[in-house]
Amino acid sequence: MIALLVRDLRLATRAGGGFGLGLAFFLIVCTLVPFGVGPEGGTLARIAPGILWVGALLACLLSLDRIFALDWEDGSLDLLATAPLPLEGAVAIKAAAHWVTTGLPLVLAAPVFGVLLHLPGAAQPWLLASLAIGTPALSMLGAFGAAITVGLRRGGLLLSLLVLPLYVPTLIFGAEAVRRGAAGGDGTTPLVFLAGITLAVLAAMPFAAAAALRVNLR
Amino acid sequence: MIELGKYAGPVLAAWAVSLALLALMVAQTLLADARARRALEQVERNRG
Amino acid sequence: MSIWEYANPVKFMRTSAAILPWVAGGAAVSLAVGLVWGFLTPLDYKQGSTVKIMFLHVPAAMMAINIWVMMLAASLVWLIRRHHVSALAAKAAAPVGAVMTVIALLTGAIWGQPMWGTWWEWDPRLTAFLILFLFYLGYIALWSAVDNPDSAADLTGVLCLVGSVFAFLSRYAVEFWNQGLHQGATVSVRPGDRISSAYSYPLYLCMLGFFLLFVTLLLIRTRTEIRRRRTAALLAREVQG
Repeated sequence: MIALLVRDLRLATRAGGGFGLGLAFFLIVCTLVPFGVGPEGGTLARIAPGILWVGALLACLLSLDRIFALDWEDGSLDLLATAPLPLEGAVAIKAAAHWVTTGLPLVLAAPVFGVLLHLPGAAQPWLLASLAIGTPALSMLGAFGAAITVGLRRGGLLLSLLVLPLYVPTLIFGAEAVRRGAAGGDGTTPLVFLAGITLAVLAAMPFAAAAALRVNLR
Repeated sequence: MIELGKYAGPVLAAWAVSLALLALMVAQTLLADARARRALEQVERNRG
Repeated sequence: MSIWEYANPVKFMRTSAAILPWVAGGAAVSLAVGLVWGFLTPLDYKQGSTVKIMFLHVPAAMMAINIWVMMLAASLVWLIRRHHVSALAAKAAAPVGAVMTVIALLTGAIWGQPMWGTWWEWDPRLTAFLILFLFYLGYIALWSAVDNPDSAADLTGVLCLVGSVFAFLSRYAVEFWNQGLHQGATVSVRPGDRISSAYSYPLYLCMLGFFLLFVTLLLIRTRTEIRRRRTAALLAREVQG
């Protein structure tokens, strides 16, 4: 399992692996929004929680199809399926690798982008916490979507159509926690809901994703 | 005459839109069914 | 005699052909009577003639949810017992459900404009329906994207299960996110919440009509799918032979 994780991480960080693309995309979104909305700090501060969360979500979406696509093309996915490691475990590891390469950098960089968007200082810890709790769910749900669409020709577009509705609860609770923090309030309640969703997703989705993969490998 | 009051526009629009959508769906269903039936008959004729 | 006998396509074709005229007739009669009756109801003292939109809005919304539940049940039957008719029925139901969702959303928007002064409000019920519509779209798109019919049935089945959980979750998340303008359920078992009988009888009739219309369309569309499947199978055999 560790070997698989290390292999995936090494593949992703190698040149052309797409590492950092999500982060660059996130930066571009945060740069473009003020151009569209206007540079007033007050307006930006009000919409910053939403922009940051939607930006993180889209940046995460961008790299989802890579979770299984490359292994599918060169056949290593078939090897994984016949390996002694249960496919559910392999799926979870691949989702974890995706999180480490896209989710984790987003979490660490988010406060900087928060400053760009005039996010109030009181909201920064909430932003960090909600992203740290929420992004693993995004990666795991994304792995499910990627597992469903792995063999398809028009997979990329379909993947976003399938996965984005699944992101709704995570987005709602995550952004709500930051918004409450920005208003000087307490974001614990949405944060607890968010944690509940993430834990449930992490527990259940590997099975659904592995089931979808088995169908596609048949 | 049916009394519609000042909201005649919205009411008629809502009914028109809904009935049009329902009619379209029924028409599409029937057309697809007829097409599938014809295709199957043709294949069975060719075979037999 | 068990319900599983209808999982046999031949048996299903024979039985559905026999009951189809009755269901279709029932749908036509109840829809015609219910809709005309609903259209002729007196004006509401508060909402004016806009109550007449209810006879389309409420049944469509009800069916939008119930069709998804039916798809969930059919997907489970397919995934557990692998009856092809069940998978095809789920596939056949999805476009009908999507259209019902669109009708509910559009009539709701047209109703909301004079009543709430806005076409669209990010109200929990409205938002939840929009999300439900997205799930329908994804489900239909997945069916059309996968070539192998059995794989398509498996994948959409799994998607339907996961989607159901998340549609349900979204419903409550959205409620948490924004308290709404929309009134609660119109047809309630609690006394006092009920709408007056002048509106409820035609409404029940419209609900029955929408339900029978759905069953009719479902039967026809499932028959279409079975015929398509058989045509494809025969063609494949020809190519091989």
